[in-house]
Amino acid sequence: MSASLTLVILMGVMYAVGIYVMLERSLTRVLIGFLLVGNATNILIFIMSGGSGRPPLVTGTAADADIVDPIPQVLMLTAIVINFGITAFLLALIYRSWWLAQLGEEGDTLPDEHKGETEAETESSFDPLDLDDAAVHEVLRASDERPDDDAPARSTHDDTTREERS
Amino acid sequence: MNAIVPLVVMLPLLGAAVALTLGKYPKIQIAVSTLVLATVAVLSIMLLVHVDANGPAVVHVGGWEAPFGIVLVADRLAAIMLVVSSLMLLGVLIFAVGQGIADRDSNPPPVSIFHPTYLVLAAGVFDAFVAGDLFNLYVAFEMLLAASYVLLTLGGTGARIRAGVTYIVVSLMSSIIFVASIALIYGATGTVTIALISERVRDLPPNIQLVLCLALLVGFSVKAALFPLSFWLPDSYPTAPAPVTAVFAGLLTKVGIYAIIRVDTVLFVDVPLQTPLLIVAAVTMVVGILGAVAQADIKRLLSFTLVSHIGYMVFGIAIGSEAATTATIYYVVHHIVVQTALFLVAGLIERVGGSTSLSRLGGLLTAAPVVAVLYFIGALNLGGIPPFSGFLGKVGLFRAGAESGTPLDYVVIAAGAATSLVTLYALARVWNMAFWRRRREVEGYSSSLMASLSENPEDDGRVALKTVSPLMVSATAGLMALTVALTVFAGPLFGLAERAAENVEDPSVYVRAVFPEEVP
Repeated sequence: MSASLTLVILMGVMYAVGIYVMLERSLTRVLIGFLLVGNATNILIFIMSGGSGRPPLVTGTAADADIVDPIPQVLMLTAIVINFGITAFLLALIYRSWWLAQLGEEGDTLPDEHKGETEAETESSFDPLDLDDAAVHEVLRASDERPDDDAPARSTHDDTTREERS
Repeated sequence: MNAIVPLVVMLPLLGAAVALTLGKYPKIQIAVSTLVLATVAVLSIMLLVHVDANGPAVVHVGGWEAPFGIVLVADRLAAIMLVVSSLMLLGVLIFAVGQGIADRDSNPPPVSIFHPTYLVLAAGVFDAFVAGDLFNLYVAFEMLLAASYVLLTLGGTGARIRAGVTYIVVSLMSSIIFVASIALIYGATGTVTIALISERVRDLPPNIQLVLCLALLVGFSVKAALFPLSFWLPDSYPTAPAPVTAVFAGLLTKVGIYAIIRVDTVLFVDVPLQTPLLIVAAVTMVVGILGAVAQADIKRLLSFTLVSHIGYMVFGIAIGSEAATTATIYYVVHHIVVQTALFLVAGLIERVGGSTSLSRLGGLLTAAPVVAVLYFIGALNLGGIPPFSGFLGKVGLFRAGAESGTPLDYVVIAAGAATSLVTLYALARVWNMAFWRRRREVEGYSSSLMASLSENPEDDGRVALKTVSPLMVSATAGLMALTVALTVFAGPLFGLAERAAENVEDPSVYVRAVFPEEVP
């Protein structure tokens, strides 16, 4: 079995960088690390198919020996799809974690002046999506100053942010 | 009859799709998922009877023969696991439905995503048991893990997100190690079909076999929570809703154990793993149970006993004789049932006592006598008091260890006996504090032992009583009855486990089932 040296080096670098980034506290970096390590693994699977060759299409004329091994490519495709799904979930999780770190669980509830109203009354008085957006943008501006805010925080409430909101 | 094998995976997946579209009609959703899991339970019992009589059932998916297509294999071991896990999933589902009914008045409506995710989890667990090639096993793991990520972070509260992050990052790393080892095994043997790897791996040099085997084992050990790869479990499981914790504790770690059994008995038969596995088994037992002793929170305490008792199963796998495998299979079944049931009891305690912390619980014996009886049976069973199934399983393991008879075996037996006693101590303390102690003694109770216990870091000290619906109690009672049945029918069950162990110990049975004529 022969393998391309470039791919092997690429895989090694991606594993090293990926694991290094994964050790950071910030969740976004963990995600980036996971992407790198996951793709390094995909390259590892790809290396296992051996050297390059003709496309794995059975035409009846090509000799078997010329054809590249298709199975690692199939495995890789499956792994890529799975990684994609997991990445989407991780992104949602990171967003939620950041939301909790910035707004706390009160970020989920309605402002006080709407207490006691029925759902229909509240909905008619404002569009919750707009409010969400405003709050999110406000916090986004504040958090631009401080990196690593999406790290899972022990204290869920940030006093300055709450004051700004009220 | 072979058609049942793919059905146990397909039905839950189809059920999940149907349940997802029925998100607005919770009652129909409940009906769909209960029906699906009940059907799978019946099908897997039929499959077990069939496989026990006629040998392994093999399905080449889509008519593509192995090693080109995906192959599903159900031998006796897989069928036993299917029966037990489907019964557990059904029992816990009924508990969850009961909890939903009890919560209907107070809380926001139950999340519509629970039932579809739960069914995907079921499909993943079932697929892992029947997977005949390594890559399908990986897909099965990813299915059940992705579902477990969603279930663990259900509701998205701060505590659950924090617990979920630990769990997800650890699981992702173990999955990556697993895929990387599949890639290496493919590079070495040119196939991912388990039966074919089993044949070809013998021709490899021993050190390459060892590396491939260890790479797979590390991946599975994270999932099975073997020491020192078990640190994530007690931090992540207890924060999930009670039924979710119960099903995770009962099934997910055992899927890892099942995969380790396959690695040790079919994939890499010649790799000498006895000594390292024996050491890991002893350390897992002792460290796990010492963790349990230091906990004041019942759910965390149970999570540590879960880690600790994984050690017994690894002990059986490490010895590797037929008697040991028989006892391991029996012990796995016993542990799935009793651990799931105990976590459900913890869920009941949380509702009738308002908390799961021993420092705030008291007087439950008079407040909830049924829960007390259920807990008592489960605790004695897990602690290994005769005549319960925990005792029978441990005796079987110790006897197999004594037959093997190396000094290290006796060390592990001693560790196992000590662990069983300490388990009993930890569980008896829960009994004394939460059930036996009177309600009025809780205030101002002081004891240096209690003061040294560590509370759950996520515990906010609140006491919130909730109603318990009869459905929840009957689901828990049903599972407890099943643990007692494991004792009553121990004879026939041990016979079945013995026949399963015969197959497991002889990899040629597995290989011939997949390749009846000739191994390519």
